[in-house]
Amino acid sequence: MVELLDIITVGLFAASLRMATPIAFASLGGIFSERVGIINIGLEGMMLTSAFTGVAVTYFSGNPWLGVLAAVLAGGLLGLFHALLTVKFVGNHIVSGTGINIFALGFTAYMSQVLWGSRGASESVQGLKVISIPLLKDIPIIGQIIGTHTPLVYLMLIMTGLSYVVLFKTPIGLRIRAVGEHPAAADTAGIDVFKTKYLCVMVSGMLAGLGGAFLSLGHLNLFAWGMTGGRGFIAMAAMIFGKWMPFGAFGASFLFGFADALQMRLQALGLLPPQIILAIPYILTVAVLAGVVRKAVPPSDYKPYIKE
Amino acid sequence: MAEKTREPYLEIKELLRRFFGRMELELREILPQIIAILAAFLVGAIVLLVTGYSPLEAYGALIRGAFGDVFGIGQTFTQATPIIFTALAFLFAFKSGLFNIGAEGQLLVGGFAAALVGISFDGLPSIVHIPMALIAGALAGGMWGFIPAILKAKLGAHEVITTMMLSYVAFYMTGYLVNYPYKAPGMVSQTPPIAPSAELPRILQPTQLSASILIAIVLAGLTQYTLQKTTFGYEVRATGLNPGAAESGGISTKREMILALVISGAMAGLGGAGEVMGVHRRFIEGFSPGYGWDGLAVALVGGLNPAGVLLAAVLFGALRSGGMTMTRVTGVPLDIVYILQALVILFVAAPMFIKYLLKKGGVKW
Repeated sequence: MVELLDIITVGLFAASLRMATPIAFASLGGIFSERVGIINIGLEGMMLTSAFTGVAVTYFSGNPWLGVLAAVLAGGLLGLFHALLTVKFVGNHIVSGTGINIFALGFTAYMSQVLWGSRGASESVQGLKVISIPLLKDIPIIGQIIGTHTPLVYLMLIMTGLSYVVLFKTPIGLRIRAVGEHPAAADTAGIDVFKTKYLCVMVSGMLAGLGGAFLSLGHLNLFAWGMTGGRGFIAMAAMIFGKWMPFGAFGASFLFGFADALQMRLQALGLLPPQIILAIPYILTVAVLAGVVRKAVPPSDYKPYIKE
Repeated sequence: MAEKTREPYLEIKELLRRFFGRMELELREILPQIIAILAAFLVGAIVLLVTGYSPLEAYGALIRGAFGDVFGIGQTFTQATPIIFTALAFLFAFKSGLFNIGAEGQLLVGGFAAALVGISFDGLPSIVHIPMALIAGALAGGMWGFIPAILKAKLGAHEVITTMMLSYVAFYMTGYLVNYPYKAPGMVSQTPPIAPSAELPRILQPTQLSASILIAIVLAGLTQYTLQKTTFGYEVRATGLNPGAAESGGISTKREMILALVISGAMAGLGGAGEVMGVHRRFIEGFSPGYGWDGLAVALVGGLNPAGVLLAAVLFGALRSGGMTMTRVTGVPLDIVYILQALVILFVAAPMFIKYLLKKGGVKW
């Protein structure tokens, strides 16, 4: 028991914030998409493709920030594709998203073999360097938890706040929400429903792309097969748990990040077989969904909007 | 006079129609699917070209590998078998309006349960042992479908997320069981072999094709019959088409959804049992290369119709069996198969997209 208690440290919370980062990014992405009435089950594949693209571009350019940029673009491109299929061609959201997920798994594994001759993992690349925030890092406990991270962790915190402001405190946000809640009324009010949907689903993919970039460039410094491990789906659960609100989604992501960090430490401890520990985040996700969703009302009915 | 000149096959067709409902595949209906497949192979060819492989050589090796000799054909149908089960699983849940994207996990728990029954009993006659193991597989898969079903019906938890998460849980749970309590001595993570009395017979020696494919074909017929010709099937379809109207028509849509997802899980579980009892004769960790995902693609390409599923499953089985030959001969990474599969799904996802392409190409349709 002493050993079990030993892992509950400040470091665990810092790790929770780290592991919450990819989930929170994707979760914000989910919010932008669902707020305009498009379910984005493809977050998982967008993250994975971006994680790969980030490493590939860093590998050839030697600059991890170019990698992050490429990851964001890759996510945005897949977002555009998802929007094209679901908005323009009125395709089924889940089918399109699932197609993107399978594509990502196949494409990244294929390209990994073409580029590095290995299906399992890429060669190591230079990742993003951690930074310390002056003053903040000197605060006891809190400083240890949030004082020193890769820049993407801070970007995630900024994006969470920014998303809230954009969605709920600006006219743009009002338009976005109107498109999801009542497209016909939004159209009558002169809002370009289709353009708004396209843009938001692209932003959704870009945010998921940042999550993927964090996994490969801010965490492991390489690309590994299927490295997202269902985090795109966990992010959707976080979005629902957080009632489609940025701060709520962040809170839920932190919970899942905690489960992830705990899981890693428990594995290192070796008290239980790894398979049982590895299943914890997924069981937690199901439990959370089962526990809270009754009260969760989605911001849209997700029906395609067809102009009269 | 007209009666007498009727050709016999028409009568068979009529009989089949009466029994199963409308199941003939008209060209007009399957045209989008055919175009989707062709488009996927075209985009796949571009991927191959860009990455320095010859599409002609790769596809040529794939086709030769899948259909070139008895072994290839046997392997194609062997690979098609579990896909038929998972495709029917996706289809059945889909008809009730649910997305069961967790067939992979249901297949794994079904396979493990069948292996457990196969190992645990000795000296039973096959006629008892085989059905017991199959039923265990179906029950385990059904149970794995019941969890998301009840969570959806009672609590509204989105089945897309829960079925997916439970797939991961199934993967790790069976992984634990096969690495610890039920691990056979040796390096490989696998259970001991099942008793010979639980083995499904191989029907095309020397390939691994087993009687599981016969079960799959029967299941496809049963699915079609149930959906088209029974009250239950009607209620399931009504639930999927318009839950509000179904509910006011006196159908308990929650009950239908639960039943549909349990049956869906049971189908995938039965597929897993078939793999364990017919192909591997034990549970091997990671034996499924993603049959659950194949199932989804096959159900969609098959036009969400059991007859279409049988045809499409052969195509995807060919991709898997021919893919191995392709990798061996040309060195193209096997993952091109996933890329092709995903492209087919994406092209089928939006029928309007295909229509748009056809219109652009000047084809009237």
